[in-house]
Amino acid sequence: MIWNWEFAAEALPLLLRGFVNTLIATVVGTIIAAILGLIIAVAIRGLPRWINWLVRLIVAFIRNTPLVVQLIFVYYIFAGIPGLVDVPALVIGFIVIGIHYSTYMSESYRAGIDSVPPGQHEAATALSLPPVRTFTAVVLPQALRATIPSLGNYAVAMFKDTPFLFAISVVELVTSAQQFGAAKFAYTEAFTLAGIIFLLASYPTSLLIQRLDRRLATY
Amino acid sequence: MPPTENTPTNPSPYETAGTTAPSTASASVAPSSSAPPAIEFKDVEKSFGSTTVLKNLNFTVAPGERVTLIGPSGSGKTTILRLVMTLEELTGGYIFVDGKPLTFEERDGKRVELPKKQTRAMTTRIGMVFQQFNLFPNMTVLDNIIEAPIHVLGKSKDEAVKEAKALLEKVGLGEKADAHPTRLSGGQQQRVAIARALAMSPEILLLDEVTSALDPELVGDVLAVLRDIAETTDITMLLVTHEMQFARDVSHRVMMFDGGQVLEEGTPDQIFNNPSHERTRSFLSSVL
Repeated sequence: MIWNWEFAAEALPLLLRGFVNTLIATVVGTIIAAILGLIIAVAIRGLPRWINWLVRLIVAFIRNTPLVVQLIFVYYIFAGIPGLVDVPALVIGFIVIGIHYSTYMSESYRAGIDSVPPGQHEAATALSLPPVRTFTAVVLPQALRATIPSLGNYAVAMFKDTPFLFAISVVELVTSAQQFGAAKFAYTEAFTLAGIIFLLASYPTSLLIQRLDRRLATY
Repeated sequence: MPPTENTPTNPSPYETAGTTAPSTASASVAPSSSAPPAIEFKDVEKSFGSTTVLKNLNFTVAPGERVTLIGPSGSGKTTILRLVMTLEELTGGYIFVDGKPLTFEERDGKRVELPKKQTRAMTTRIGMVFQQFNLFPNMTVLDNIIEAPIHVLGKSKDEAVKEAKALLEKVGLGEKADAHPTRLSGGQQQRVAIARALAMSPEILLLDEVTSALDPELVGDVLAVLRDIAETTDITMLLVTHEMQFARDVSHRVMMFDGGQVLEEGTPDQIFNNPSHERTRSFLSSVL
């Protein structure tokens, strides 16, 4: 039997400490991605052509390069700027992950905004509602119903991408498992527990999103 | 004749912007006035891509007048309403509301588009009710009605709510204030949409086939509400409808459209009983 309960019991607190960083990166990253994604979606829609073009270019660039490359790239750029050396790797991590996922979430927002029927815009015009009010009171609330489930799915995907933070030396769940495994040569225990922790966190979240999806489908 | 038992009988809370006395629905003579026309189309042209829908269209609607547009589908009736509501861009000519340009004006012999804000200030006097209701599903019935009075007219919430509730009573839906539109029948939704338009105290009300999407048994309640508005207010109305009896009862004037042109116009009596054009005769025989 390669399983050792003693090692497992020893690993658990360490892993949970690493998991805190995983959670921080996911939650803050999701908040950044959700806000920035909306800004990108609105910018691509409403801004002058050249800004629009620039935003699209940046979005395409971010989507078509690997997250881990972006993490390392930004980490060493920051490390090279005097005064920014002290920025914690975790902060760089959730900013980069947040920006990375914002480019995907913006697409969800765009689809959600497009799903609002033209009649809604026409009714707003007929009531002479100003464009900003039309967007915040009529279009966005309806668009969000269509968007939130897919934002949730991206949050889960982001959660599962947090091990990439290993590349910039953030001690999150998988890094903790790696460290523990190396120290005690107990990789089986460490990574089994890490996998279970991931599963316990993301599966209920997925179920929650499914339920939310059903609830949001009708008013 | 549709049932009208839901016709409200209490005094009207509608605010009317004009100062003329309310006219009656059975009036066959259009209100005459020295004031500028409520709506004026001048050399209006509208094309979608290479398809010209309206060409060189000229007509006026007097303040307080109720005009019904009839004609075969594709004749441009709905486009006319949508142009007045600024839902379509005018491709040529001018539209005036109360004598003031709506979207374009002539400046130094050139056709110049007005700033959006200025146009929006004009459209606050115009209300529209749509075939598909277009209520905001994310808001309750009450919120649908108070949204524009608060955010466009700058009314206080208390005032807007009070007026909205009076309007809901008027359209027979007083108990539905907190319901969501999706929980209502089509006829109820349309009456909410009418209340929502009236909450802006429009001088002009555009009605675009407001009963066409309704089940036959629900049409009566909606028409009863509109009849009541016609009888108790002096709101200028421009309507497109297939309900010929209703058009005959409430209109001062009927305009027959075909191919983007006014084929003929006259009182409901003239048009329905004694049309001068063969085309009008055949259209009426197909819908009556």
